[in-house]
Amino acid sequence: MQLAKEVKYLIHKEVLLEWRSKYTINGVLLYVVSTIFTCYLSFVSLGDKLTWNALFWIIMLFASINGVSKSFLQETKGQQLYSYILASPAAVLISKTVYNTLLMLVLTTIALGFYTLVFDSFTPPDLVMYYIAVVLGSISFSTVFTMVSAIASKAGNGGMLMAILSFPIIIPVLILLIKLAKNAVDGLPWENSYDEIAMLLVVNVLMVATSLLLFPYLWRD
Amino acid sequence: MNKTWWKILGSVLVIYTAIAGLLLGVPHLAILNETIRNLYFHVPMWFAMIVLFSISVFYSVKSLSTKSEIDDIKAVESVNAGIVFGVLGLVTGAIWAKYTWGQFWSFDPKQNFAAISILLYFAYLILRNAIDEEQKRAKISAIYNIFAFPMMVVLLFVLPRLKDSLHPGNGGNPGFNSYDLDSRMRMVFYPACLGWILIGYWVYTIRFRIRSIETITNTPDYGEIKGIRDSFVTDENQSTTNENKQQHN
Repeated sequence: MQLAKEVKYLIHKEVLLEWRSKYTINGVLLYVVSTIFTCYLSFVSLGDKLTWNALFWIIMLFASINGVSKSFLQETKGQQLYSYILASPAAVLISKTVYNTLLMLVLTTIALGFYTLVFDSFTPPDLVMYYIAVVLGSISFSTVFTMVSAIASKAGNGGMLMAILSFPIIIPVLILLIKLAKNAVDGLPWENSYDEIAMLLVVNVLMVATSLLLFPYLWRD
Repeated sequence: MNKTWWKILGSVLVIYTAIAGLLLGVPHLAILNETIRNLYFHVPMWFAMIVLFSISVFYSVKSLSTKSEIDDIKAVESVNAGIVFGVLGLVTGAIWAKYTWGQFWSFDPKQNFAAISILLYFAYLILRNAIDEEQKRAKISAIYNIFAFPMMVVLLFVLPRLKDSLHPGNGGNPGFNSYDLDSRMRMVFYPACLGWILIGYWVYTIRFRIRSIETITNTPDYGEIKGIRDSFVTDENQSTTNENKQQHN
């Protein structure tokens, strides 16, 4: 399995690079923590559990845009050319997506912990279901943003394009996520959430499949 | 499709539906009353938009494999024509909503998702403007177009079904099929859809022809002009070249 070997090696490379500088993880973590703190200072207390839920997802959305968009935008032309020569495009995309998913999982877990700590007036009654929503959110954010950041980096006009291109694509996913998380916040039985979970999985499979089909064209300059 | 019969057919159908849609009898239903006639003008806009966006995706896929500039122009011009129909769909829907729901925009899921799917295509056009190099622009925008299309399908056809909406056909509200017990509405609705799709396709072909003429005349080494320029101009000065070109045009 040449592809699996390449993917494994590339993920190892990404993690190693990140571990050496610790720039992205610390930067985004500080971003999340200071955003939550700012929200706490401006809201003081969130009486409504719906606001609690919506605010969490908005913070996660902007944190993940900042975190994941680094994956392609940060790389220099030389680095991209180097990995173009060494690995197949599918391996590059899969490794970036998997790495971003791992990064987002770590990040969202810490963020969720800190968020419940700061806004301690409320914790979702069904924490397992809420965590499933958070995991699905991490996966969906990284699959969509990895591909869009590749498009934005090739277009050469980073930050602004990233927001314009990714928001219309992520809004439907975000609506599903908020709905799913709201079910957990309301403590509904799990049967009510299967529709949303299935829908999110379908959207993710769709996004990964189209990305894998299109990325080789994008990658070749 | 250079023949004229389908253009005439499209125009006749649209004129027929405009007259018959306002004059023929319709079933009288509570709340909807005469606004039910909006079905003939609102729904065909979305059909035309979907057809034009599908054409665009088809040519985007084609342009990725052929790398031909013509396919790229076809893709962008069908998006341009499709967006006009999408905006018209939103406007006709909003006017109808004013008289039945009481507000032009009541943040109904159907309205929101339709607006977001139009945003996707505005993002596509902005992405095109951000890239200067033609071949790179063709490639990257084709990729974004193909990437965005499944999301538009999800937005327009799947997500509204998961949400409660006031829109006819959603959330227990009667849809089109329950309106036309006497099938009077079918007589106008189907020709309206076909007519507007044909008109949309016609708009797209005209826009495509204008754009391709512009592209050809703006290309400096276009066949004939190049020949003339080569025979008259010897120096490399760009301004002289332009003057010569204008004289010979």
